[in-house]
Amino acid sequence: MTPEQILEQCRDLVGQPLGAVAERWKAERPGGRVVAAYPVWTPAELVHAAGMLPLSLLGGGTSVELTHADARFQSFVCSIAKSTLELGFQDIVKGIDGFVFSNICDVARNLGSIYQRNFPGVFVEYLHLPQNSTSPGVTAYAASELRRLAAGFETAFGLTLTEAALTKAIEIYNVVRARVRALYAFRIAEPQKLSTTELYVALRATTLVPPEQAIAWLDALLDGLPRRDARPRDRLRVVIEGAFCEQPPLGLLEVLEEAGCYVVEDDLLLGWRWFTSDVPTDGDPFERLGAAYVNQSVPSSTRHEGREHRSAGLIEKVRRASATAVIFMPAKFCEPALFDYVLMKQGLERAGIPHMIVEFEEKMWTFERTRNEIETFVESMLFD
Amino acid sequence: MATPVTERQYQGKVHEHSRRLMSAWMGELARAEAEGRTTGALMISGNCVELLRACHVLPMFPEVTALQNAIRHKSLPLILKAEQAGYSSDNCAYVKADMGLFLEGGMGPGKPMPFPNLIVCNYVGCNVYVKWFEHLADISGAKLFMLDVPFARTPEPTAADVQYVVGQLEELIALCEGFTGHTFDIDELREVLAHAARAEDGYARCKDLCKSHPAPFDAYFDSINMMGPINVLRGTREAADFFDVAVAEFAGLVGQGLGPLSEERFRTVVEGPPPYPYYKNFRNLFSKWGAVAVQSTYSTVGGIWEWGFRHDPARPLESIAEQMLRENLTNRSITARYQQIRRYVDEWKADALVIHSIKSCRLFSAGQGDMRDYFTRELGVPTLLVESDLEDPRYYAEAQLRNRIDAFFEALEHKKVVAAGTH
Ligand code: SF4
Ligand code: SF4
Repeated sequence: MTPEQILEQCRDLVGQPLGAVAERWKAERPGGRVVAAYPVWTPAELVHAAGMLPLSLLGGGTSVELTHADARFQSFVCSIAKSTLELGFQDIVKGIDGFVFSNICDVARNLGSIYQRNFPGVFVEYLHLPQNSTSPGVTAYAASELRRLAAGFETAFGLTLTEAALTKAIEIYNVVRARVRALYAFRIAEPQKLSTTELYVALRATTLVPPEQAIAWLDALLDGLPRRDARPRDRLRVVIEGAFCEQPPLGLLEVLEEAGCYVVEDDLLLGWRWFTSDVPTDGDPFERLGAAYVNQSVPSSTRHEGREHRSAGLIEKVRRASATAVIFMPAKFCEPALFDYVLMKQGLERAGIPHMIVEFEEKMWTFERTRNEIETFVESMLFD
Repeated sequence: MATPVTERQYQGKVHEHSRRLMSAWMGELARAEAEGRTTGALMISGNCVELLRACHVLPMFPEVTALQNAIRHKSLPLILKAEQAGYSSDNCAYVKADMGLFLEGGMGPGKPMPFPNLIVCNYVGCNVYVKWFEHLADISGAKLFMLDVPFARTPEPTAADVQYVVGQLEELIALCEGFTGHTFDIDELREVLAHAARAEDGYARCKDLCKSHPAPFDAYFDSINMMGPINVLRGTREAADFFDVAVAEFAGLVGQGLGPLSEERFRTVVEGPPPYPYYKNFRNLFSKWGAVAVQSTYSTVGGIWEWGFRHDPARPLESIAEQMLRENLTNRSITARYQQIRRYVDEWKADALVIHSIKSCRLFSAGQGDMRDYFTRELGVPTLLVESDLEDPRYYAEAQLRNRIDAFFEALEHKKVVAAGTH
């Protein structure tokens, strides 16, 4: 298949209701179970190792009207929390058996329990992922939390999750992540051959299929994309930061490029490419995965890292991607992104890296003002 | 409406005593730098102040500084200063007021509020705590210790949870020893915990007295007098003694049939923090209706003592860990809070629930619409939801609040009259 054909398939899949994606997979596997994962990181490996399908749970995007959830969550709460709850009220996630939330922020925390209260028929788990990155007991704790999730799956669904299966799952997700890293490296090298919306759509589609299918798509893209015919343009190479949870509308990503940027790095769907390198597969897989969370995670606004400054990871990203500037893109009301903005911005300023901020909401539909702002920013940089 | 309700204008010993104790603590803080004492910043919720005390680290609480600035109407310029520096108008204003204080030159070496030597982030539920203390560490250069407390997500804390927290507490002890040069003595901690348990007992007894009709004090607005001693000074003999005085005073009021108002017409449970910049105004909106809070959730952010948990000198680190993990409001889920409130409504015989939704604080607020749905639809408890902020005066719209509150109590009064008529 050509990259265009794959991207078309991906676009089609991403546009489907989550419940329909789940039901279709289950139709071919009687008794199969599907578990949806709220951002940022959920160990998809565990879901897969239990023979279930992990799916990304990313809110309602532009398509779901709020009819119930806005009475539950106030106006000052981010959109993804509301629209995720709405998916439940409107039965759009019918067919999904389990939901996993974690301690990324206070909103997600409350959302998890409110989801459980309103939909008692499904399995809901809340993970407490470690915020302490250096204490001696952290990795053992992280492993215990993963074991707790595994035990939860076993009890709720009457299945068995063996260490051998988990090791295999880690292996296959290592392959997925390595391919995604390769795709990101390709975009850094030749951004003219892979637009951000294309990369985003492909990546998002890989969070809706079993890893084997994801690998097939990614391999075909890695094979076909270099042969695309596209000449590099005079554009500003930028890194997007802050869009790790609520999903920016595709229109906004398009506007960035139309306004003269090459997005060469970003934190979109960060949780699905969470580890900086392969997770070791020798020994106890729960411990390996727990240790990887502590020592091999990408920098993230939802995880405290005691070993480096908030801005260090971002600056490193800018350098690694040979970017010139950063576009902060926090979701409206997103507390972790908005707080980190301050420390990151100060770090960038110390390092002499220009930046701008564009807040978004998943339902944003006019981009003209943003386009103007970005164009002005780009012009000031390119013709300086 | 019948005879107008008035406040008794009786502050009593509790208020004065609390003020004295808190001023003494702030005096110590102000002198700490000059006296070369080690200071440690902590958060209020589910804190481990006893441990710092036993380690000879003087605790400081940025949340207390922030709320005091709000009460003194000084928070807005600080918030604006922080917003100029890049903080979003949508971020928790407590943090902004604290960072604004630094930017305004009110915090730092030689300033009225010193930098802490050590920053202990007791991450007990609130994710903003992590951010706040990262920022405080950034400006002060002080050592940040992230005390990660797993959220209450199982019926009881797991063995791994307790082990993880105890391990971090041991690490913290070693860290404090390095700072102070003082060798940790477990017996000293046991002594501190015994004082803490006595204060916890006293606080629980005070709140229990609010089951009386009328309640002797307002468990929302007046609890603030007790929240300093219980959350900040817990573990001192003075705080424990304070609660003996408080219990005696409130028991005396119960004996005389006196409450904070001339008449207690409505008994409410209040959920959510108060609007500190307009504390008195907000209170008046309820007082005029004779509405007295007989219980509140905000008064349990530091610890829930009314169900019987006490620090245990016989199991020092374990009981500190258990308190942080489970026995406080912030580390419990919002739906666990529904059950806490439900018990309050039942056992304290409340007529209504008042939810004060705080823009700054999503830990408390995100999803309170669902809470309202649960209480009104599933339990049939009259529930009022109003919105403002605990620190940012811009979100306090008095006319709007008054309308909502008046309409609610009018309806409640009408219901009472009808109910009385049918009996
Ligand atoms: S968008 Fe931000 S505030 Fe909202 S749930 Fe995600 S991380 Fe939390
Ligand atoms: S979010 Fe709430 S609990 Fe957290 S620091 Fe702000 S006011 Fe306090």
